[in-house]
Amino acid sequence: MFEFVSGPLVWLAFIVFAGGCAYRLGWMFVTARKDRVVYPYMSLKYGLRSLLHWIVPFASVNMRKHPVMTVVTFLFHICLIATPVLLTAHVVMLREAIGLSWWTLPPLAADIMTIMVLIGGVFFIARRIRLPEVRNVTDYSDYLLIAVVLAPFATGFIAHHQFFAYKTMVILHIVTGVLWLIAIPFTRLAHMLYFVFTRMYMGSEFGFVRNARDW
Amino acid sequence: MVKDPGLDETIKKLTPQQIEKTINQVLKGEGARMKAYLTTCVHCGLCSEACHTFLSRDRDPNFSPVGKVKNTLWEMVKRKGKVDAEFIKNAARIVYTECGVCRRCSMYCPFGIDIAYMLLVVRRMLNLLNVVPAYLQDTTNSHAATMNQMWVQQDEWIDTLQWQEEEAQMEMAKARIPLDKEGAEVMYSVIAPEPKILAQLLSYMSQIMTVAGVDWTMPATDGWDNSNMAMYSGDFETMARVERLHYDTALRLKVKKIVMGECGHAFRGGAYDGPKWLSWRFPPVPLIHAIEWYYELLTTGRIKIIKKFKEPVTVQDPCNTVRGKGLHHQLRYIMNEMCEDFRDVDPRFEHNYCCMAGGGTINCGPPWTKSRAVSNRVKAEQLKATGAKYVVTPCHNCHSGIEQIISFYKLGMHTKFIADILIESIEKPQHLLA
Ligand code: SF4
Ligand code: SF4
Ligand code: SF4
Repeated sequence: MFEFVSGPLVWLAFIVFAGGCAYRLGWMFVTARKDRVVYPYMSLKYGLRSLLHWIVPFASVNMRKHPVMTVVTFLFHICLIATPVLLTAHVVMLREAIGLSWWTLPPLAADIMTIMVLIGGVFFIARRIRLPEVRNVTDYSDYLLIAVVLAPFATGFIAHHQFFAYKTMVILHIVTGVLWLIAIPFTRLAHMLYFVFTRMYMGSEFGFVRNARDW
Repeated sequence: MVKDPGLDETIKKLTPQQIEKTINQVLKGEGARMKAYLTTCVHCGLCSEACHTFLSRDRDPNFSPVGKVKNTLWEMVKRKGKVDAEFIKNAARIVYTECGVCRRCSMYCPFGIDIAYMLLVVRRMLNLLNVVPAYLQDTTNSHAATMNQMWVQQDEWIDTLQWQEEEAQMEMAKARIPLDKEGAEVMYSVIAPEPKILAQLLSYMSQIMTVAGVDWTMPATDGWDNSNMAMYSGDFETMARVERLHYDTALRLKVKKIVMGECGHAFRGGAYDGPKWLSWRFPPVPLIHAIEWYYELLTTGRIKIIKKFKEPVTVQDPCNTVRGKGLHHQLRYIMNEMCEDFRDVDPRFEHNYCCMAGGGTINCGPPWTKSRAVSNRVKAEQLKATGAKYVVTPCHNCHSGIEQIISFYKLGMHTKFIADILIESIEKPQHLLA
């Protein structure tokens, strides 16, 4: 069981993840050609200008209007991506598998960042329940997605600290991690792929065509 | 629920098959943007803060931008077009009367999702189902039949121009409105409410052009009206005919550029929506808005301010010329030049609130006036906070819409066009007068 999930299943997940992302992006690049406006109005300069204002904390008016949300969102997303990539256990496994390795996080930092992801997730859930304008557009799938994202972090944390049922937790951690990876290209988690492009398109339309700012 | 025969009567004729087919046909035609927007939206509600309808209606979640998409497009997609006539009517109420397609929400959504575009796609479906508010449909019909917004016939048009030329000459003997002059530097185009109900604006422009010594003309044929309500009803074929004729007319007259009157949606149609539908990257003849034109005349000294407007005055940044063309600084320059006591609004520039008259909403007519005013309480509060007595609105929609908000909330203010003030404050050289 363990051999299977930690070996072939993980590889399969990576393949599906990479293939899925390539498919989603490829589909977008091809279909966008049929759209009358996308390519003619895309502008690197204005696209990047807008992007910059939306990846730097507090560089847009709306981020300043919601300071707590902004801080949590940035911390959540940074930790979400950095923790698994820079985790010692992951890098060690990767080195054993294909001989590639890189700098890793000190254990304490990894713990804090994992907790940050969990706190962020809980914050997002609370926000969905509490704010009417968010509750109104929330359905079960939104909670499901948050659960899918949090699960590998929760199980990984428990397994790492060997709180209980170590073996089961490791397997659960891998399985949920696999689900998480696979879900990215095929669910609304695809906002990870599309963010850059939707933002740059709007930035181009505002900047290049309309001579205005969109942040 | 407001009664509107354009919605109430037309939905009775719909069949479920027709609804399903139309929705799916339109959805199929939409490409990468629609699909990307639908999968990217993470239902975070951060766009809510952008919308004046949400803010004005005590943060009612159904009036948030994403709430409007949820109650229309999401359901249509989810049910694969299998929605009933009542759903269609409600969708029509939302997309035609509660969204001014002002695009402020795109500046608040972290992903830059173009909600106004998504709601316009719903309008397209409703137009194909013939479910359009009656007044708006009448305006669209007028565009289709007469190529202008208010059923103005050609003889009436020429007659009005000549009448306003005479009016201008009472003030300034040398003033003219040159009709159909080939090779002129500028073609001036207006929207139909000018000849129909605000004819004095034509006389003002005639005097301003005369003072500035501009070689200009106005067409004597159809193609003079570049306003475009078909663009907002979802009748893009008619929209394109109007825009094409407008540019054809400018090309026939071989003018160097088109200057258009103080209208935001007309500018949008000419600068963006029309060319896009016609697959032109940019307009074939340069098109500039009155704000740019006055700015150019003032900064080059072709007209000079000699008497500033004294009363306290504020301004409306029209979405279609500010979020749509970034003309807010030029507008401020004009305001400060011609007014002694200019009081700016907050929020301003690209972040200004829409007037809630644009995007065809005011053209939905009297049945919806109250609902629109309720949907823009924040605009009333914003204007009131300036303490001004007048609001300059360089857009016809803003002009009428804000006048309605002023009277609904009893603000005791009045709206003015730039030209209303400019005509009183510029120097009119002696040799032109006699
Ligand atoms: S009115 Fe403006 S801010 Fe509100 S939903 Fe429509 S486009 Fe967005
Ligand atoms: S449109 Fe943008 S801001 Fe609004 S809910 Fe969707 S992702 Fe959030
Ligand atoms: S009427 Fe004026 S403020 Fe309103 S949408 Fe048009 S340009 Fe914008």
